[in-house]
Amino acid sequence: MTAAVQPTDTRVPPPDPDRPRPISAPASPSDQVFRGVLRAAGLSVFALMGLIAFFLLLRGATALRAAGWSFLTEERWRTAAHSFGIAAVLPNGILIAVIALCIAVPVALTAALFISEYAPARLRPALISLVDLMAAIPSIVYGLWGLFFLQPRIVGFCRWLANHTGGALPFFRVRTGDIATSYTSSTFIAGTVVSLMIIPIITSLSREVFSQAPAGEREGAYALGSTRWGMVRTVVLPFGRGGVIGAVMLGFGRAMGETIAVALIISPVFRVAWHVLENGSSSISALIALRYGESDTLSLSALMAAGLVLFALTLLVNVAAGFIISRSRSGASTSD
Amino acid sequence: MHTPLDTRPGSHQGADPTTDPGGPPEPEQQRIKLGGVTREEVLTMAGAGAGSLALDWLLYERVLPFSGAFGFLLCWYLLFLALYTLAGRLQWDALTVRERLATALAWSSGLLVLALIADQIGYVLIRGVHAARHLNFFTETMQNTAPLSAITSGGCIHAVVGSLEQLGLATVFSVPLGILTAVFLVEAGSTRRGARIVKPVRVLVEAMTALPSIVAGLFVLGVVILTLGFEKSGFAASLALTVMMMPIVTRAAEVVVRLVPGTLKEASYALGASQWRTVWHVVLPTARPGLTTAVVLGMARGVGETSPVLLTAGFTTRLNFDAFHGNQTSLPLYIWNYVKQPYPDMVARAFAGALTLMTVVLVLFVTARVLGRHRTPVDRPTRRPLRRAATADVPRQAAGAQPALARTAVVRNAAPVVDH
Repeated sequence: MTAAVQPTDTRVPPPDPDRPRPISAPASPSDQVFRGVLRAAGLSVFALMGLIAFFLLLRGATALRAAGWSFLTEERWRTAAHSFGIAAVLPNGILIAVIALCIAVPVALTAALFISEYAPARLRPALISLVDLMAAIPSIVYGLWGLFFLQPRIVGFCRWLANHTGGALPFFRVRTGDIATSYTSSTFIAGTVVSLMIIPIITSLSREVFSQAPAGEREGAYALGSTRWGMVRTVVLPFGRGGVIGAVMLGFGRAMGETIAVALIISPVFRVAWHVLENGSSSISALIALRYGESDTLSLSALMAAGLVLFALTLLVNVAAGFIISRSRSGASTSD
Repeated sequence: MHTPLDTRPGSHQGADPTTDPGGPPEPEQQRIKLGGVTREEVLTMAGAGAGSLALDWLLYERVLPFSGAFGFLLCWYLLFLALYTLAGRLQWDALTVRERLATALAWSSGLLVLALIADQIGYVLIRGVHAARHLNFFTETMQNTAPLSAITSGGCIHAVVGSLEQLGLATVFSVPLGILTAVFLVEAGSTRRGARIVKPVRVLVEAMTALPSIVAGLFVLGVVILTLGFEKSGFAASLALTVMMMPIVTRAAEVVVRLVPGTLKEASYALGASQWRTVWHVVLPTARPGLTTAVVLGMARGVGETSPVLLTAGFTTRLNFDAFHGNQTSLPLYIWNYVKQPYPDMVARAFAGALTLMTVVLVLFVTARVLGRHRTPVDRPTRRPLRRAATADVPRQAAGAQPALARTAVVRNAAPVVDH
């Protein structure tokens, strides 16, 4: 036994007393199986995303071939006449998301600051839970609330906006006459409801990065005589900038994909709804939810192609947001 | 949690022995009050609130041709901010005004978010009670209910059954996958080689939580129903829900699996246990309350998803216990279908369905919070001071709250280990 080991020992340099000797244990067969299972589970995420893209492409290929490049430039959605495209639904969906962001970002950021900096410490866990609860409210409930509660109450505001700022701001103009139905089911109202759905997402993510602002810098700001707002402005906000940008992007991705609330509120139109207060809007997800019942292959295929565009776009936004957030997180731990 | 910056009277003064004056007693000193609310602040705020309300009413009802509650509230708020700034500027310096204004802004948006949640729950409750107070709503299906039938006929039992079956199936599919992925993220991330794979997986999981739900539905529609030729059924719906729930479970589970103290794992390895035994007998049991929370949170999100179900389950008015054959309605689908009908009683049923759905979500959510209460995540900035405080507190509180305290203390000590 020792004789067999002897030759290899002579080649090994004498162990350096200052360094720990390298140790490694060979994995047992059961561990190898276990690691394989774990790796399979981890990689299943890749597989799942790949499968989604692959099958949407597969099923949407018929429509993409039939429409060609006009799929990206055509505004109408008439599959029977072979003229359909996302040139209206995609910008409209982005418009809804942008309006949602305009409303949600200020509210969500100040709410996050409130929870992390201003709220009494005893209330903080309850507030965090409530924001999480708001994120867990089903989107159909938001849709019901927006359709029956918010819409009748916000129409007066929309009318005021259109009448008093429509002259200066063309996108607030309403061309269909000053009657109440001109202002319902608009991009703006859909955006407002979607904003409520993304407020909890942006709030909880930014609260997390705000609360990670290092205590040393906070104390330093206070020691230099800063007020609380001064501390927030010079320590918490700069420190949380990356995370906030990521949170806003994630909120944008969520707003783009929001389906049911939008589909309940809007009345679908297939032209770009630049006049955001005007009746009628659309988005890719709402289009799919409203038209999936069409039975012919081409219509379904066209919806699959539209879904592929939505999938690719949200994936891009979300992955970018994820990288920004994870980078800001790793920065947090090194400066901690 | 108290930050060390919390200089409010009483929070530190009594506990800190170093502030005791050593020399002869000094003349009575007025302690400078750093936090809290003074009377003038309250009065200024109340005055600004009342003044802006009156001005708003005057503008809205008498001067300008506005209408609508929304605009009224918005105008009131803006006027309030303006008046508050003005009234503040009269008595305080600019710095103080800015500070108070920022405080008012933060409080108001916090209260706005609370009001929104309360409003949504309250509105669904009020509108839903009309149909939900009749017991038949929870015992009947819609099979024999015509559009104009009285509210005392028809119900949502078929949708409740469908929701529960689909949710159960989706949980069975998504939980093992989600927890395994979470364990993968933690275990593989501990080696240098694994960390390279782990990062993209984590980003992708995060991106997947924001996957548009309609895309999940479209995917299952394209694969299971159109390509594999299954019929629309509760099973297909549960697959779509799995795609939505799995990343949520993964993310929530990863957080708790990561918090399992490294010392426990090392102890297990030192006793000669293999990796899978360590995970099975040490990591998962330690993380069990948090894992339960993760599962229940995923369920709370899954049960409310409408669009995946819309594309894959198929609508029906009859009770269908068989998730694998035939259409199976779930609660969101039930709401979606009836809210679009032009009959008031149908809309009332939809609201009652929404009330039922909200109740289910609330119950799941509260369950998750109660189960995960001992797992309160540790806020980073307070970690270091708190750890010191916690060890100092141990002898004093050990008699009372030992299990909870021990766990949080362990978790705090573990946090740096898993971070770096």
